[in-house]
Amino acid sequence: MAEPGVERIAAAFAAARSQGRAALMPYLMGGFPDMATSAAVIDAYADAGADLIELGAPYSDPLADGPVIQAAATRALAAGTRLEGVLELCERVASRVPVLPMVYANVVLTLGAERFAAMLAGAGAAGAIIPDLPREEDPSVAGALLERGLAPIGFVTPTTSPGRLAAVAAAAVGFTYVVSLAGVTGERDELPPELAGIVAAVRAASEAPAAVGFGIGTPEQAARVGAVADGVIVGSRLVRAVADAGDPEAAADAVAAFLADARAGL
Amino acid sequence: MSAVDARFGPYGGRYVPEVLIAALDELTAAWEQARSDPVFEAELASLLRDFVGRPTPLYRADRLSERVGREVWLKREDLAHTGAHKINNAVGQTLLARRMGKRRIIAETGAGQHGVATATACALLGLECVVYMGTEDMRRQRPNVERMGLLGATVEPVEAGARTLKEAVSAAIRDWVASVADTHYVIGSAVGPAPYPALVRDLQRVIGDEAREQALAAAGRLPDRVIACVGGGSNAIGSFAPFVGDAGVELIGVEAAGEGLGSGRHGASLLAGRTGVLHGALSSVLADEDGQILEAHSISAGLDYPGVGPEHAMLRDSGRARYVAVGDREALLALRELSRLEGIVPALESAHAVAWLLGGGREPAGGIDLLTLSGRGDKDLEEALAGLRRLERDG
Repeated sequence: MAEPGVERIAAAFAAARSQGRAALMPYLMGGFPDMATSAAVIDAYADAGADLIELGAPYSDPLADGPVIQAAATRALAAGTRLEGVLELCERVASRVPVLPMVYANVVLTLGAERFAAMLAGAGAAGAIIPDLPREEDPSVAGALLERGLAPIGFVTPTTSPGRLAAVAAAAVGFTYVVSLAGVTGERDELPPELAGIVAAVRAASEAPAAVGFGIGTPEQAARVGAVADGVIVGSRLVRAVADAGDPEAAADAVAAFLADARAGL
Repeated sequence: MSAVDARFGPYGGRYVPEVLIAALDELTAAWEQARSDPVFEAELASLLRDFVGRPTPLYRADRLSERVGREVWLKREDLAHTGAHKINNAVGQTLLARRMGKRRIIAETGAGQHGVATATACALLGLECVVYMGTEDMRRQRPNVERMGLLGATVEPVEAGARTLKEAVSAAIRDWVASVADTHYVIGSAVGPAPYPALVRDLQRVIGDEAREQALAAAGRLPDRVIACVGGGSNAIGSFAPFVGDAGVELIGVEAAGEGLGSGRHGASLLAGRTGVLHGALSSVLADEDGQILEAHSISAGLDYPGVGPEHAMLRDSGRARYVAVGDREALLALRELSRLEGIVPALESAHAVAWLLGGGREPAGGIDLLTLSGRGDKDLEEALAGLRRLERDG
């Protein structure tokens, strides 16, 4: 992977923009319910036109996640999933689609910043999403990622103060992850009305795109978010589709069908 | 006004989802302001005196002293309203929440003492109260579940994982992530993201402040050792804090060795843990080599937690405090021993501190000990009696 992850992320957003739409970033829980299914799902994402992929590494205490992803993580861990296995999934499709592993802070810090960044770079990842590591708590992780051309993704939420929002957006590399609501991951009937304003503020303060995640569970919601943001992240809805499918093939078919609908609406 | 500690050496910090940062900033500012506001201070002091029943006595336990060959003074937090030190923190934090304009309170509980204390403080102040509790702990601590209901609180059962304290804290944090606008999370121990470890220590140091003064008045000098049990570590840090500057006073924290430190079934995060993040703070945690958090085990629900307050990790590293561990069996026997020696039935958590004193803590002979008896054992009767019967049966 000669081209740095940061540039591959930028190219993915630019390609979507040139088609007049937001980038679509589906999430999967690595190793849920097993590695064979995850491999089929991540292949399906790449085939069905995912612009980027968020790849969850299971963690025992996922504080940012709602019941669907939490249960998937518990199941993946029980099946013996480790970060190495999750990164093999990354390697499968990394040459076709930028992949961003989503890893909780304790897994990262246990490895150490350097080793973590080296593992991700070795698997061809484009960046890393660490939901419980505000950059000021440990700048060494972002530093180690950037040194290897990987994007450390920063978060903005509806509760983020204007000053902090501007600082996170200004420092953004790759994209800014805009959390659509004050809450954990999971599908919601309604998205908050102030979302468009938050996205606009992030874009005004940053060169990097703004992608919105949390709560997006239908192609219609994806379309509405895509109208105001540069990227749309869909997580729990797809994890639920995998949970409901009986086997790898059925899981791949289910997520591909959802992605096709979502892509068409963007 | 001095800043609220965010780090304790390398430990502490705020390893939380971004959505909580604003609430933690708000809480930090509110506590900095409140703790130097004479009006707040007076209101808290008056509630601690008239509602909680402070100061709690410092009691010279003569028969226990004779048994261990040292002069032992018990700081009687078991005599505080609701039966444990948890009320000091609960009253302080709910008062702070009311001052911040938050009408809804959430809390987690393990042994149920913090849940009961929070439900009590919420009834006192007219606040809505929701307590998260693992279903295994609900089974072990049924009387406390019923007390919380009687006090008007809602107990939310938590089914995840081992269904104990760790999962209850996670569930409370997830609630808070979605409800920060009108809700305050009253965390029950000196754990969690900053400012909680400092906030809880500040509210619990009344234990040590009183005890230090009482010891000087009654024994005529400072104790040689201050001893307290450590789960999350709030009664211990509250007991230790005023003595940290007294170089001649040894500080001893007693963790739960459960079925033994080598068994993998224990709660000794300081003695057998590794540096890591749990519930928003960097500290010493029970985790595997991949950084996955392990389940803790202790017969005492309040010590059944795979993490510990970050300030304890710092005190361990610096050597200022010494940490030891005592198993389920020794704790059960100590509960019975103290009951018969002194007419005091301690909580199973506190019984760990007593057990250390009855065992390895007898050495050296002579000297003065101050032991914080963090709670009373009424909540544990069923569990403790069943455990003692098992011990007798199995020899």
